[in-house]
Amino acid sequence: MSNPLIDMEKPDVIFCIGTNMTECHPVAATGLKKAIAHGSRMIVADPRKIPLARLAQLYLPIRVGSDVALLLGMAHVIAREGLVDRQFMDSRTSGGDEFIEHVKPFTPEWAAEITGVPAKDIETAAIWYGSAEQGAIYYTLGITEHICGVDNVQSLCNLALMTGNIGREGTGVNPMRGQNNIQGAGDCGAVPSHFPGFQSCAEPENARKFSEAYGTEIDAEKGITKVTALNQCGDQIRALLIDGENTVVSDPEREHCEHALKSLDHLVVIDIFLTETGELADVVLPATSWGETDGVCANTERRVQRLRAAVPPAGQAKPDWWIVSQIAQRIGTPGFEYESAKDIFNELCGLSPIYAGLDWDRIDQGEYQWPVPDKDHPGTPILHVREFKNGRGLFKILGYRDPAEVIDDDFPVWLTTGRRLQSYHTRTQTGRSQGIDYLLSEELLEVHPHDVASWGLVDGGQCHLSSRRGKIMAKIKATDQSPRGTVFCSFSFNDTPVNILTGSGYDPVTETAELKVCAVRVEPA
Amino acid sequence: MIVDATQGRALRMTLDGEEVRFSDGETIYEVATRQHTPIPTLCYDPRLEPFGGCRMCVVEVEGARTPVASCTTPATAGMVVRTKNVALEKHRKTLLELVVSENREVDVDPLRGYASQEVATLVDEYGARTGRFQGQRSGTSNETDDNPFIKRDYDLCISCYRCVRVCAEQEGDHAIAVMNRGFQTQITTEFNGRLKDSACTFCGQCVQTCPTGALGDIKAMRAEPLPGELKKTRTICPYCGVGCSVDLLTKGERLVGVQPAMDGPANKGALCIKGQFAFDFVHHEERLKTPLVRGDDGELHEASWDEALDRAADGFRRAREEHGRYSIYGVASGRAPHEAAYTMQKFIRAGFGTNYIDNCSRA
Ligand code: SF4
Ligand code: SF4
Ligand code: FES
Repeated sequence: MSNPLIDMEKPDVIFCIGTNMTECHPVAATGLKKAIAHGSRMIVADPRKIPLARLAQLYLPIRVGSDVALLLGMAHVIAREGLVDRQFMDSRTSGGDEFIEHVKPFTPEWAAEITGVPAKDIETAAIWYGSAEQGAIYYTLGITEHICGVDNVQSLCNLALMTGNIGREGTGVNPMRGQNNIQGAGDCGAVPSHFPGFQSCAEPENARKFSEAYGTEIDAEKGITKVTALNQCGDQIRALLIDGENTVVSDPEREHCEHALKSLDHLVVIDIFLTETGELADVVLPATSWGETDGVCANTERRVQRLRAAVPPAGQAKPDWWIVSQIAQRIGTPGFEYESAKDIFNELCGLSPIYAGLDWDRIDQGEYQWPVPDKDHPGTPILHVREFKNGRGLFKILGYRDPAEVIDDDFPVWLTTGRRLQSYHTRTQTGRSQGIDYLLSEELLEVHPHDVASWGLVDGGQCHLSSRRGKIMAKIKATDQSPRGTVFCSFSFNDTPVNILTGSGYDPVTETAELKVCAVRVEPA
Repeated sequence: MIVDATQGRALRMTLDGEEVRFSDGETIYEVATRQHTPIPTLCYDPRLEPFGGCRMCVVEVEGARTPVASCTTPATAGMVVRTKNVALEKHRKTLLELVVSENREVDVDPLRGYASQEVATLVDEYGARTGRFQGQRSGTSNETDDNPFIKRDYDLCISCYRCVRVCAEQEGDHAIAVMNRGFQTQITTEFNGRLKDSACTFCGQCVQTCPTGALGDIKAMRAEPLPGELKKTRTICPYCGVGCSVDLLTKGERLVGVQPAMDGPANKGALCIKGQFAFDFVHHEERLKTPLVRGDDGELHEASWDEALDRAADGFRRAREEHGRYSIYGVASGRAPHEAAYTMQKFIRAGFGTNYIDNCSRA
């Protein structure tokens, strides 16, 4: 997030897009509820009439995968109505004039055609956001899990840049991270494009720095992403080390993924349970879980916090870092003689400018948000205050593209996927916690009541759900939370393996799977 | 120095004979707390709007005819306040004696909830177990609610409305409400039914603010009979990216419950159902307890750490020898701590000189 969580109570206009926040980030959503109680206005754009949409003053029921069109239409209106922050654009950004020229043809009527949202509502949303004192944008995977995920995010940045809604209290472009330490995995360099601390792998200087620190010559070019690696399993890729991910259940295109893992010469999985992925491994190594492990995590607002062990490990389980270090030592890699999590965290701080002012003891109370460039720095709750990372904020010229797969006569219904409040991911944890079943014991396919009737289905009955990639059974729940012609299902239950159906395309830049959209057929079973 | 921003000068008042500074908008209670002058409260929760329902926090203000509730009364310049005197202490004791007479029990296990000891602590402080009143019981327990998370034992309710207010003000859920008035007051849901059938999301915030244990954390309460001292360890919720601070409750080697950390930088005491109640996977019987290695029969078998680690290392070494360093890939976790992700990327970069590392954020 560009802004801290406490800022969520401050904006006078809140724009949420592709985020089911009350279910996925419930505590963050309480901030928005407070803002609304104090008179802030909220716009929610989402294909489904989620609980957040019911709290909004303006709900934009966009067709799945049409976000860019909506955002271009809004940019058009902001420009047309003279709501651009000229001073901000002139002093802080570049490419603004071209962008304003670019959005001229994208009228709200044009956007209405694609998104299915009435043109006047698009206008209202644009005028509210464009005239806000403090306008803040919040989004989640509903924005990124598309073939155009990067375009979606850049469209949001364009809106913020043209209205000056960034770099100040109560504003910003704020992604809400889904997993407790997904931010941290990136911070620590567990990405193919960046060394720890988001130092680009393509910079020879960075490659030199890490080659020296690690005592090995490291490539000065990006590696391949996980998606590409899975595609190459059995060919280029022969051995895989997976830490704590149930790839088989969580990835799009389940069959493809299972096949990929089975064709490896060597698969090692580290986890706290024997998952569907672990079942395919040559070696499964038991890790200590949350509550048994000392360590560090970083939340969605870049706050670096300590995790503490309260109980001893289950059986012979060991911390992930210990396991990885042991394997490294056994293949002769130097530099893994760690004695504690503290040693490792401090090494990370020494190599990452954004963590340079931190160490294990300093983060004891969790008051720092990175970047913390030196020991005297108080941390950075709000990003981009005086300047952007690379100087000026760049407008991106982009256009609307259809999703990789669109509905047709054979597959006439949109399927979109997501999470639910009571379950988390593949339920390896929530599914094993007592009582959760009382509220959520099975997956349900959410279908609009009129569609249930006109497709010959029964509320509570079974249906066949098929896409170009496969077919599953699902139980129906009639609800007007789904719009007509769109059905929803979460990916949490292994007995409703919706990832057999999804996986129609990937964002060309991030290779994020288009999990949010896929064309399906729903038939009575 | 705290300065009144509107006037640019310090505001002053007298608290128990001492001159103290305060800023505009502060209540007497807030000023006193800042000065480390304790004032007893029942219906007060610092995260909620001042309510002024219990009158436990009354103080004497010079010039006022009767004592005022310090939690709702704003401090004003020149005000002279006394937080303790014989009359105030007597009033507080009487209030507590009434509570003792109306409630079935005062002493509840601290596992019930974060604030569950507040009343019992005050009752002891004021020596209020005098049996001076023979009260009728107020409130009836809701025994029909079969939910596995929140006990609703309204026999112990003192109508402080903290649960109702936290649900409305903090969560914005309005799942519970107050029914009837006076002695018949009852906390209930919209249709006087189960929480499951209301707007309740089972975040547990009502439980954690209840000062009597009328609302209890059923999962934690299962550990009441366990021997050993109750310990708290501060950590962060393992689920979403909000990063709420929690205190883990342990007895011996068992994790028995979770309570919100009121000073958690990201959550200020708030939690959702996952952080509050989905903790016991840690002790689930299906936890992996030993390394497993695939045998010649194609099945996974238990193995020693040495054996398993050697086998793991061998496979990577062989891949490098036979297919080169680009044949090895690492996938780190978005769930494990920094140290896991850091060692994973170093394993690949230092071990093979490539950037063949990713994490699961793409799924
Ligand atoms: S249930 Fe607890 S928190 Fe709610 S009114 Fe009664 S005593 Fe107060
Ligand atoms: S308590 Fe809920 S909102 Fe807070 S970090 Fe955990 S899952 Fe997220
Ligand atoms: S605490 Fe002030 S009136 Fe209850």
